[in-house]
Amino acid sequence: MNIAVCIKQVPSTESKIRPASDGKDIDRSGLSYVVNPYDEFGVEEALKIKEQLGEGTVTAISIGPEKVSDALRTCLAVGVDQAIHIQDDAIHGSDGFTIARILSAALQKENYDIIFFGRQAIDDDSGAIGVFVAELMGLPHAAGINKLEIHPEDRRAVAHRQIEGATEIVETPLPALFTCQKELNEPRYASLPGIMKAKQKPLTVWGLSDLGIDPATVGATQARITVDQITSPPVRTTGKIIEGNASEAVSELVSLLREEVKIV
Amino acid sequence: MDFNFTEEQTMIRDMVRKFVDNEIKPAAQQIDKEHNVDLVKSIFKKGAALGLYGIPFPEAYGGSGMGETGYCILIEELSRGCASTSVTIGAHIGLAGMSIMIGGNDAQKKKYLAPLASGEKLGAYALTEPGAGSDAANLQLSAKEDGEDYVLNGTKLWITNGDIADIVVVYGLSNPELKARGGITAFIVETSTPGFSANRIEDKMGLRGSATAELVFEEVRVPKENVLGQVGMGFAIAMETLDESRLSLAAACIGAAKELIAMSIDFSKKRVAFQQPIAQFQAIQFMLADMTAEVYQMESIVYRTAWLYDQGKKIPREGAICKLFCSEALDRIVDKAVQIHGGNGFMGEHPVERFYRDSRVNRIFEGTSEIQRMVIAEDVLKKGAY
Repeated sequence: MNIAVCIKQVPSTESKIRPASDGKDIDRSGLSYVVNPYDEFGVEEALKIKEQLGEGTVTAISIGPEKVSDALRTCLAVGVDQAIHIQDDAIHGSDGFTIARILSAALQKENYDIIFFGRQAIDDDSGAIGVFVAELMGLPHAAGINKLEIHPEDRRAVAHRQIEGATEIVETPLPALFTCQKELNEPRYASLPGIMKAKQKPLTVWGLSDLGIDPATVGATQARITVDQITSPPVRTTGKIIEGNASEAVSELVSLLREEVKIV
Repeated sequence: MDFNFTEEQTMIRDMVRKFVDNEIKPAAQQIDKEHNVDLVKSIFKKGAALGLYGIPFPEAYGGSGMGETGYCILIEELSRGCASTSVTIGAHIGLAGMSIMIGGNDAQKKKYLAPLASGEKLGAYALTEPGAGSDAANLQLSAKEDGEDYVLNGTKLWITNGDIADIVVVYGLSNPELKARGGITAFIVETSTPGFSANRIEDKMGLRGSATAELVFEEVRVPKENVLGQVGMGFAIAMETLDESRLSLAAACIGAAKELIAMSIDFSKKRVAFQQPIAQFQAIQFMLADMTAEVYQMESIVYRTAWLYDQGKKIPREGAICKLFCSEALDRIVDKAVQIHGGNGFMGEHPVERFYRDSRVNRIFEGTSEIQRMVIAEDVLKKGAY
């Protein structure tokens, strides 16, 4: 099996996020970055499939500036065989659809049997790119899967999806694309031997010209969606504790709900 | 001059940090409350699968060759989560493994260092005796030559991992007349050897999940091929091992200090008194400032010294300086952390209380602060300052 996992480097979950001074982005100073946690489920699933079948290649692919190579190296240390880093200044400011176009072009250069994405990136939470890519490449897809069985003998896959109050089981021929939900597996840690080997594994850098994409068709000017404004959520005010016995407290509560909050 | 970690060092730090956050931190309170050595052992096994214990050792013996710097990174991160776990692993790598690394021949390293590096076996280091702590040169455990063996008789005290280890590096008196000047020999002892027994010592102030034991040797026969280095070289091996392990102990203090600062920041932003978070008060801010200034100094001296060691320099003075400064700085930091947490910091349910108890021993074991000052003073009087 030839498996690709598309990953995104995102600010770590412990980062304190603040809007940047222009209000169009977040302030990136002092942030530390990690592999998007949902993408780690994709990496783990790819490695598990390779181990179960005893053959195959796992390729991690990411788009972004120089520092994205750290995220790809982390994937290599965890066990991914090779990595592709798509890096081009022109991409800066692209919207999700453009990112999906670029990834599709990169994925089309190779015949992947399975393509994994995280169900969403934890920074912008759009959850769109994987599904966009499936559409652009004309591939069947299942989004938000929490279980996957691969049947190599007749090249098909059975995926489980949690839907409202039920589990939906879908079957698809391969090649196919899946976006991963968190119950799918438990991502492994990088190991020391893995970290030591990561540097020797191939990490290829492609620019837009390698993908046959005209730089004029990407970037902020070509975006169909632009960010108007990023603001912090409103500061939560401290709660109010109503003193007194139950009957007094209830009437006080009702009057507050009626007069201050105005919801009854 | 470059003060940045390499890409591999950064990846090791990130990986261990994740391991600590997921596997160790959630267990740390339970380990302490229940004196749960078994839980520490199960974490030890998980760490083995990741190759953590080979970090400072050469690839030829199953290590990853990441040197003292890699090892300090490991111990610093482990100590953010749980001192008991960190000390168990520290004694295994930095004392047992490192003694064999420093004193062992190729065959001994293949037979004994490799399984320690893989975590298949657990190691301990036995120097201290009831009558020989700071005065290690006065150790009495008898090691008498008898045919192809040495026969060990005597007692070792307060040995970390003593009753859970498979392999113990034991320092014994092979020539009572020469004592530390050529009369002390290091032996690799398999704990399955007849005549060896170990008794767990409970009721410690801190490190309650770390197994501490008294080791009793009754006619324990150790083959001569298990003599580390040459007969009579034991004291030198013991001291050189301590130079290195004192540095990693200082690295442990950094991890605890950083965690305490993080907890104190978090608490002082949330805790409201006089209608505002206590972080707004200068009294709290100044404590946080002092804690931060100290941890910067700790980090600076430890990684500078780790770099020196990795350049092949001996570090008796520098290791002692790091151990002395970092263990005493940690006690100042943990004291302030408890103060910031107020009554909460005095309660057993809060991790800061555990850190307070766990920190104190750093000024005592692997050479008290007083011994470190003696080492530094002797060295500076002999060689001058820098």
